[in-house]
Amino acid sequence: MSSYPLLSLAIWLPIAGSLLVLATGSDRNAALARLIALATALLSFLITIPLYTGFDIGTSEMQFVEIVSWIQRFNIHYHLGVDGISVLFILLNSFITLIVVIAGWKVIEEKVAQYMAAFLIMSGLMNGIFAALDAVLFYVFFESSLIPMYLIIGIWGGPNRVYAAIKFFLYTLLGSLLMLVALLYLFMESGGSFNILDWHDAKLALTPQILLFLAFLVAFAVKVPMWPVHTWLPDAHVEAPTGGSVVLAAIMLKLGAYGLLRFSLPIAPDASHALSGMMITLSLIAVIYIGFVALVQTDMKKLVAYSSISHMGFVTLGFFVFNSLGVEGALVQMISHGFISGAMFLCIGVLYDRMHSRRIADYGGVVNTMPKFAAFFMLFAMANAGLPATSGFVGEFMVVLGAVQANFWLGFAAATTLILGAAYTLWMYKRVVFGEIANPQVAQLQDISAREFLFLSLLAICVLGFGIYPLPLAEVMHASVEELLRHVAISKL
Amino acid sequence: MPDFAPAAAEIFVLIMACVVLLADLFVGARLRAISFTLSLLTLGGAAAITFLSMDGQTVLTFNNMYVDDLFADFLKLLLYVSVAMMLIYSRDYLRVRNLEKGEFYLLVLFATLGMMVMISANHFLTLYLGLELMTLSFYALVALDRDSVRATEAAMKYFVLGALASGLLLYGMSMIYGATGTLEISGVARAIEQHAANKIVLVFGLVFLISGIAFKLGVVPFHMWIPDVYHGAPTAITLFIGSAPKLAAFAMAMRLLVFGLVDLSEHWQNMLMIMAVLSIALGNLAAIAQTNLKRMLAYSAISHMGFILLGLLSGIIAGDRSFALNAYSAALFYTVAYVLMSLAAFGMILLMSRAGFEAEELDDFKGLNKRSPWFALMMLIVMLSMAGVPFFVGFFAKFWVLQAVVIAGYLWLAVFAVLLSLVGAFYYLRVIKLMYFDAPLDTAPLEASFDMRALLSVNGLAIALFGLMPGMLMSFCAFVLQQSL
Repeated sequence: MSSYPLLSLAIWLPIAGSLLVLATGSDRNAALARLIALATALLSFLITIPLYTGFDIGTSEMQFVEIVSWIQRFNIHYHLGVDGISVLFILLNSFITLIVVIAGWKVIEEKVAQYMAAFLIMSGLMNGIFAALDAVLFYVFFESSLIPMYLIIGIWGGPNRVYAAIKFFLYTLLGSLLMLVALLYLFMESGGSFNILDWHDAKLALTPQILLFLAFLVAFAVKVPMWPVHTWLPDAHVEAPTGGSVVLAAIMLKLGAYGLLRFSLPIAPDASHALSGMMITLSLIAVIYIGFVALVQTDMKKLVAYSSISHMGFVTLGFFVFNSLGVEGALVQMISHGFISGAMFLCIGVLYDRMHSRRIADYGGVVNTMPKFAAFFMLFAMANAGLPATSGFVGEFMVVLGAVQANFWLGFAAATTLILGAAYTLWMYKRVVFGEIANPQVAQLQDISAREFLFLSLLAICVLGFGIYPLPLAEVMHASVEELLRHVAISKL
Repeated sequence: MPDFAPAAAEIFVLIMACVVLLADLFVGARLRAISFTLSLLTLGGAAAITFLSMDGQTVLTFNNMYVDDLFADFLKLLLYVSVAMMLIYSRDYLRVRNLEKGEFYLLVLFATLGMMVMISANHFLTLYLGLELMTLSFYALVALDRDSVRATEAAMKYFVLGALASGLLLYGMSMIYGATGTLEISGVARAIEQHAANKIVLVFGLVFLISGIAFKLGVVPFHMWIPDVYHGAPTAITLFIGSAPKLAAFAMAMRLLVFGLVDLSEHWQNMLMIMAVLSIALGNLAAIAQTNLKRMLAYSAISHMGFILLGLLSGIIAGDRSFALNAYSAALFYTVAYVLMSLAAFGMILLMSRAGFEAEELDDFKGLNKRSPWFALMMLIVMLSMAGVPFFVGFFAKFWVLQAVVIAGYLWLAVFAVLLSLVGAFYYLRVIKLMYFDAPLDTAPLEASFDMRALLSVNGLAIALFGLMPGMLMSFCAFVLQQSL
């Protein structure tokens, strides 16, 4: 165990770095801004590695705990700590931020410093969300992470970016405001504590539990996003710049699912059981219906956005079957989806930078001019479809097994995603990459540069690595998931 | 011989106002800087007097008509700071418009004096005198630009409605005097506690008092003057009306309702609840439709005042006063936070304005991020803070008020308030959208003096800093009220 405040560093180092980046000022110093951003992102990633290497997998206790009084009056603490559930997301987040900085290196020409700073700030805030053990601290990070994303979509986004940015902000704010009332209620009920771990043990009657569950559900369902509050996501993804889409899909969507695990399930276990039917139904609608919706998309980014919703439906399904295979599968799926969806958006970004179009119909025969790219894209498309030996398979398979344990037909319905996912991903891949060269623009495409090769291969290593040997993921989370499930099984009435 | 010491700051401001008047007569328009400096020195001196006499003791003087307690001292210090900031923000604006007249400084000092008297009043008549001194100065200030039709119209409306409100307030006071036989606020409280007063007459008077307070705070349904006056007055005056008087109006509400009529809380809390609900709803909904930033901020002020009422109405729960201190401290904290944000928001309009150009339309903020990334950031902070997004002070203000509401058991009210804050977030976000997402209409560089830029930056950063570390200010607000109640 290290005595350094690693979690604080993971939160504040990127934010401090972003101030430096902002200080470089106008675009004349863009090169310097990029360099500082890269150094900060790299350093922030490196300091999260000891979180993994120093992590004790034998316990479900919080580790790397830091606690300082923040607002005495309300007994609010600057209370950080990670368990097996949250530690992986901090690593994922710092890794993806590094990728995004590299990916935005050449593509972003305007307001470079602000672009890089926004991503660094967001990275710090999201590390804060995963590390916070005080509800107010969590809320503060949760809500303030909207600001940089709002600016990223609005400043560097596509033609309809203003609509998408405001929709994104208001949708997610709606959820979090209701959660604020829930937090204040819990503060009162628990006798004056904002410690999330205290709340896990607080006794609650069924009616307040159900109300709290619903308030948290609104907050987290919007973020996941679950059907029917998912409509902001396709808009946000389509309009956001590539880096924005990557962070949105890889990390931001995970916040909702993480919130369900950290708040809803352990604080309102009886309500979770009582409402699990509804949650499973909503998840299945997301998996199957949104899968069909993805099939008919003509815009590549929209297609991947809908595929994300469908995959996240799998995650919520895994949570609400209440067995360790389901929950661990869902967590593995979250991590793996972070890599795969990030990679998918980066691939689309690579194409978009060259052609300035995301319409599937504008492409065809890309393999002839960009063979290296086609190979990477193939790998990620297969992973998105859940091909064995990619990380996409592991999570889906575990969730399906968990669902079958609960109910065969549930598992059967969930497994249709393997067919649907393959259908929409591979069909898109076929139309974009294979066939004859569709038009003169495609004929002039340049294959990926060394920089693009770098970030795609980093992601490819993760996708393949965790696909072949997922144990490093599973063993870290095992103790914490068991503890969570034990907790959820105990009635609070 | 009465004890003058508790009112030393007021006496000092009065004397200095006269000095400014005379000095200005002699030096005239060429050296208006002298009046400006003298006014700032006055505020500084008053601050020093108030600060040095701040001992946490409650002292009554002038036959119990005047009170000097920690609550008064705290509000007065904030008052000096906000008036001084207003003076610095508005200097260039007034000068280029030929409005920097000697009367301006005189009226500002008299209005300040009026507010100080209101804050320290322990007697209905003292309160009324302070109030009238403040509002009469404001009527004149709004009409300072006498060639402007819009400003004159606004002053007229303000005057007519303000006089009506003062009349209502005075009528309510006379009713309560009739029922209790005293005009002294602590005496009224004693009389009601001993059940020596006719309840019907009291409640009748209370209704009129509440109307008067509601008018001064600017809450629905007594809000009609706010948008017109905010819009019509020169921006520098809007800045003044939109900031410091909220402190005085809050003090008035506290003195009358909490210090005086606390035993009627079940009645006034219900009235406040209706007004809070209406203010939060109307303020946020009407602000969406505005294209003028000053009008938008006016409606936003109405909704913020509704939030302050939320704190005031959550104090006493079915006769149980154990959470009263918490709720009133929440309202006080909200008021302080709001004044800080309001100063910065109107300060931004002044910063963007220049000779012959008022940057008061929303579209004038288009593309500010290209023209000045730093001040775009400051405006971003102000807008997000007003919307109640963390890490800014506005979030913790809402947080505390909502906590008081939840403890008082009005969960529906808390849910209602957060849902309408969502509506509110939309129009604040629109300003950010204009600054960051749109191309500038006007590429002229900002022409503001160094002290204005520096002060506005400090103001913006203070909003962020109190959002990161709100604990101290929160504890202090609670301590102040604990000492004074």
